[in-house]
Amino acid sequence: MTVDESRLDSIIDEYNAEPGSLISILQDIQAEYNYLPAESLEYVASRLNIPRVQVFGVATFFKAFSLKPKGKQQIHVCMGTACHVRGSKRVLEELERKLEIKAGDTTENGEYTLETVNCVGACALGPVVVENEEYHGQMTPIKVENLLNGK
Amino acid sequence: MSQNSQTPRGEMVTFMLNGAEVQADPNWNLLEAIQFYGIDIPTLCYDEGLTPYGVCRLCVVEIGSGDRTKLVTSCMHPVREGLEVRTHSNRVIKTRKMIMELLIARCPSSKKLQDMAALLELKEVRFKPLNDDCILCGLCVRMCEEQMVAKAIGFAGRGTDRYITTPFDMTSEECRRCGACMYICPACELRCQGPQAETVLCSGCINTEPVCASEYGDAMCFMVPCLSCVKGPEDVK
Repeated sequence: MTVDESRLDSIIDEYNAEPGSLISILQDIQAEYNYLPAESLEYVASRLNIPRVQVFGVATFFKAFSLKPKGKQQIHVCMGTACHVRGSKRVLEELERKLEIKAGDTTENGEYTLETVNCVGACALGPVVVENEEYHGQMTPIKVENLLNGK
Repeated sequence: MSQNSQTPRGEMVTFMLNGAEVQADPNWNLLEAIQFYGIDIPTLCYDEGLTPYGVCRLCVVEIGSGDRTKLVTSCMHPVREGLEVRTHSNRVIKTRKMIMELLIARCPSSKKLQDMAALLELKEVRFKPLNDDCILCGLCVRMCEEQMVAKAIGFAGRGTDRYITTPFDMTSEECRRCGACMYICPACELRCQGPQAETVLCSGCINTEPVCASEYGDAMCFMVPCLSCVKGPEDVK
C-alpha cells in the first residue's frame, strides 16, 4: 500500500509537527490505515525531525499499534482470570478453528484479525469477546458461529 | 586562610558515607562521589561519558537510617546534604548478589559478568540459564546517541520482548559501523574458556591461586587479584 503523504501531512500538522505528539500522530495514522505502514513511520520521523529508531521503538512498544496490516473485523478474546475460569480458552480455540488462524494472526483475505487481550474490564460478562469495539458477553463455542455470521 | 579551611569549600555538600563524613560536589551523583572516595561498587550500565540510566541495578546502595532505610541506584541518586549512605551493608550485598545472579542467568557467556560475579563471591545460580547475549543495559544505545551522535540503534518492544535493534530490524542508514556499541558492550566479550566454561557460573574463580592465564593458553581471565579458574595447584593437570 502506498502512503498518501498529503494525508500524513494533515495529521502531522494537526499536532504542529511536535515530537511530543508522536503517540497521538501514530494513533491517528493507525486509525486511518488500520496499521502503521513502514513508509508512514519513516515520513513521521523525517517530519518531526526525530531518529527513526525512536519512532520504531514507540510503534513496537504499544500494543495498540501494529506494524502488520490488520483485518477489517478485529476480534479480541479476553483471557483475563474471570473469563479464563469460565472457559475463554475453548472460545478462542473455536475461533481459531473457524477462522483457520492462530491468535495474533490475520486471515489471508484480510477479513479477520484474532487477538487475545488480558482483561477488558467486563468480568461479570465473561467470557467476553470484543468484535470491533462491540462487547459480546457469556460467549460459548456455539455462539462463535453466530458471531462470525454477524448476528 | 586558616579560617576558610575550616568551612566547606564553595557549594560542597556534606554527607555520611559508610560512617565517615565526606564532602562532594552537589552536581555529582552518588556513584561518582562513592568512586571518588575510592570505594569500589560494581556497575554495568554506568559510564562516565554517558547519561546514567539506572537499569543494571548493581550499584544499589542503602540510604537513610534506623527503620527508614531504602535501596537506591547510586548512579541515579543525587548527593544531598545529610544523606547517610552505606555501600556494603548486609542488605545491599544480599540484593546485589541476587541481581548478579539474575543477570548471569540471563547471559552466562559474558566475561565481564563472570568476573563481576566472582568478585561478588556468587557461588550458585538458581535460575534457569537463558543464554541470551544482551542484558538490555542500554550502553550501546546511549553510546550511539550521545557520543557517536548517530542514533542508529534503540530499544524496541517491551517487557520480556524488549530488544535492541535498528529501525525496522533492517540495516540502518544511520549506522557508520564505527563499532562503538560493541566496544562498550559488557555482554558480548566471550568469557574465560577455562576448565569449566560450559557451566552457568564460572565457578572456582572465587579461589585465588594460581594464575590461570599462565596455566591455560586460551584462558582470558585477567582479574586483579587473580581469581583463578581452578581451585588449587593440585587441580592443574
